[in-house]
Amino acid sequence: MSLLEVRDLTVSYTRRGRWGGVHARPAVHGVSFAVEPGEVVAVVGESGSGKTTTAQAVIGLLPPNGRLDGGQILLGGTDIAGWSQRRLQTVRGAQIGLVPQDPANSLNPVKPVGVQIGEALRLHRRGDRRTIAHRVVELLERVGLPDPEVRARQYPHELSGGMRQRVLIAIAVALEPRLIIADEPTSALDVTVQRRILDLIDDLRAESGTAVLLVTHDLGVAMDRSDRLVVMKDGRIEERGATRAVLGAPQAAYTARLLRDAPALRAPEFLSVGTARTTAGATAGTAAEEASREPAVVVRDLVKEYRAGGRPFRAVDGVSFEVPRGTTHALVGESGSGKTTTARMVMRLAEPTSGSVAIGGVETAGVRGARLRALRRDVQLVYQNPYGSLDPRQSVADIVEEPLRNFGLGDRAGRRERVRDLLDRVALPAAVLGRRPRELSGGQRQRVAIARALAPGPKVVVLDEAVSALDVSVQAQILDLLGELQRDLGLTYLFISHDLAVVRQVSHTVSVMSKGRIVETGTTRRLFENPGHAYTRALLAAVPGTAHQLAGQEVGR
Amino acid sequence: MSGSARYLLSRAGQAVLVLWAAFTAGYVLLQLLPGDAILIKFQNPELGLSPEQIAEIRSYYGTDGPGAYLHTLLGFLRGDFGYSIDTGTPVAERLAEGLPATAKLAGTAFALAVLIAVAVAFASCHTRLSRLRGALQAVPSLFVSVPAFWLGIVLIQVFSFRLRLVPVIGGSEVQQLLLPVLTLAVPISAPIAQILARSLDQVRAQPFVPVVAAKGASPGWILWRHVARNALPPTLTVAGLTFGELIAGSVVTETVFGRNGVGRLTEQAVNAQDTPVLLAVVVLAATVFVLVNLVVDLLYPVLDPRLRRAVA
Repeated sequence: MSLLEVRDLTVSYTRRGRWGGVHARPAVHGVSFAVEPGEVVAVVGESGSGKTTTAQAVIGLLPPNGRLDGGQILLGGTDIAGWSQRRLQTVRGAQIGLVPQDPANSLNPVKPVGVQIGEALRLHRRGDRRTIAHRVVELLERVGLPDPEVRARQYPHELSGGMRQRVLIAIAVALEPRLIIADEPTSALDVTVQRRILDLIDDLRAESGTAVLLVTHDLGVAMDRSDRLVVMKDGRIEERGATRAVLGAPQAAYTARLLRDAPALRAPEFLSVGTARTTAGATAGTAAEEASREPAVVVRDLVKEYRAGGRPFRAVDGVSFEVPRGTTHALVGESGSGKTTTARMVMRLAEPTSGSVAIGGVETAGVRGARLRALRRDVQLVYQNPYGSLDPRQSVADIVEEPLRNFGLGDRAGRRERVRDLLDRVALPAAVLGRRPRELSGGQRQRVAIARALAPGPKVVVLDEAVSALDVSVQAQILDLLGELQRDLGLTYLFISHDLAVVRQVSHTVSVMSKGRIVETGTTRRLFENPGHAYTRALLAAVPGTAHQLAGQEVGR
Repeated sequence: MSGSARYLLSRAGQAVLVLWAAFTAGYVLLQLLPGDAILIKFQNPELGLSPEQIAEIRSYYGTDGPGAYLHTLLGFLRGDFGYSIDTGTPVAERLAEGLPATAKLAGTAFALAVLIAVAVAFASCHTRLSRLRGALQAVPSLFVSVPAFWLGIVLIQVFSFRLRLVPVIGGSEVQQLLLPVLTLAVPISAPIAQILARSLDQVRAQPFVPVVAAKGASPGWILWRHVARNALPPTLTVAGLTFGELIAGSVVTETVFGRNGVGRLTEQAVNAQDTPVLLAVVVLAATVFVLVNLVVDLLYPVLDPRLRRAVA
């Protein structure tokens, strides 16, 4: 008998219409799969595929407007689909544990973490105050937190993201449930931390024979960590089976496309500086050729110091690099490495403590007034979060036109014409002109953000995690668009990312940053094929899915 | 610990500064008023006082000249609020007479307001019926739009004259307090209920709530042990700010219900342009307001551990 068997699960979300009618939008249709004791089943899909809804339905925690329309959820042979919430409370925590997505906000900020772990035991009446306190320390130790007695008394904000995720795992395993649902357990974590957390889940599983239902958008993670795979799209199962079989020879076209788009698993040709994506040099005369040899961005000994509690803290510590015209330079690093601070100083959104930045041969330090405005035209930014970086009250046409208005470029008719051209460039139909950002998909929003950045005709575009929030297939489209724009317009990119797989695909040269310093810099080929620094090697090894691809062997077990 | 001592000291320093500013603003504004208590009282031609004699009276009360400000300020620091021009009695005495009644009224009203707010907010949060929920969410807006003087008159009309449940004059102490407390509490409960309901909703949408549910907690457990405490700080801020309305509201309420208290005293002092009394009332109100909000500020780090580091 399977530990968990889901049969014909159908879930919809309801919305109350203006006139009192209730509209139901189906989110999961007829989904069936099984989880055997002790195995890892990965549910893979892009946003809107229904993977998280499926997991929420299994544990009976659909959002308030979610409705279970049909199907069975057999836990150890008992159908819990029709159970009341009160009855489900005895199952949650005790038989099914949950490891949530976002460690930053998944713990109550006003309670010590020890209390929050102990709460799971208290709710199910496992022991008195003293035995619970003892067990909490044991659990903290088990999930690999040093000084467990001290940690138990700390509050969530005093712990790092990785430590918080360990606490959440301790909560999930506190009662030794038979099934753990892990909903994107590492998506918000740095790669090296991600790897350690996934290792921990694997260890716990091996130790206690707990089964894991792993929900993830990352095919690499699923490939490394799961026995069987369920691929979902638009609320339906596209394909399921043994992980190696599915990924080795995908039957569904959608699985094949996911595999093709997943950046870690694509092995394109490396870009090199010699073949800089520019056509400008071909037609220009010798003087222009001379100019084009000068790097578009030169950064020398950049330092940014902050004062934290009286003690100076160096967020960026002596960073130097050059970006040749028409090429892409990637700044890679984990959170807190100083890559975004460096980018902000390149754009002069932050003042460096010392060091210099030159854009197109012009020093930016101390530039003011009209010259600063000219600099702003030359350097534009595309930000990570396409949801937050567009004014929700403006139409797409207004958003893209705004930089043209600000810089006083063209008359009204000319600007409107230019906006249409720009939307065409980023492959958006003219129909979106009058829409608001919330009516667009994530990929469309990022295209709008790119069109806005291109509006004033910049030479350098800073892409700060510009594709990190997007689904893989959308990510691949945006990366293709960025490559095309670079070739056509001779743009220079400064590409900030934590994702080595993406960096490998789009950049000519790379600087690896750690703790405010550049630990290694070089061409993308050299860095990926022959990493010199131990930190670079650790980063590369932690990318999920790469081990399979490079060596064709199974790792991470 | 020295860090938090410094924090305490700086907050206390700010409070003193605010009080001084309130005193000065009150003093200057009262001086700027056309006419004054002395004119109102002594300019009656029947008294037959010459302008020179009035000027002499004025200098006797110390309400004149450049040294007056400093004189009054020093007096306040010593606890000497001067003399009421209207009645000639010390201001401190008149305040002391009114204070207990007002404290009783305002204190009970505030407690009732908090009770109403918590009941409305939690009920709107708990109910599954969306129509009831909508109605409950509209309650604060309704309450805040009700003027205190109107509500007081309506309450007297309904409960005293029509239903004859509460006597207008006389009656037990509880009966006497009932309607004024209700009049004062209803408008004050509105902003508290509104912020509490909104905070509860916001906190309930946070990702840590499903994690608690996944441990096997009931909705009640989640609401009381996790959501409520997180929703408290913004509510506390608003509750502190309502003390301003509480003071203003007690002037109206005491006047409508004919209760003797600081509010009534204020109303009389305004009519008589009795500046020493008014100044003392201003400073008293400011003191209560500043102290309450100082306590609220100091409670923040106790309620939210994330603020403790900033303090220490």
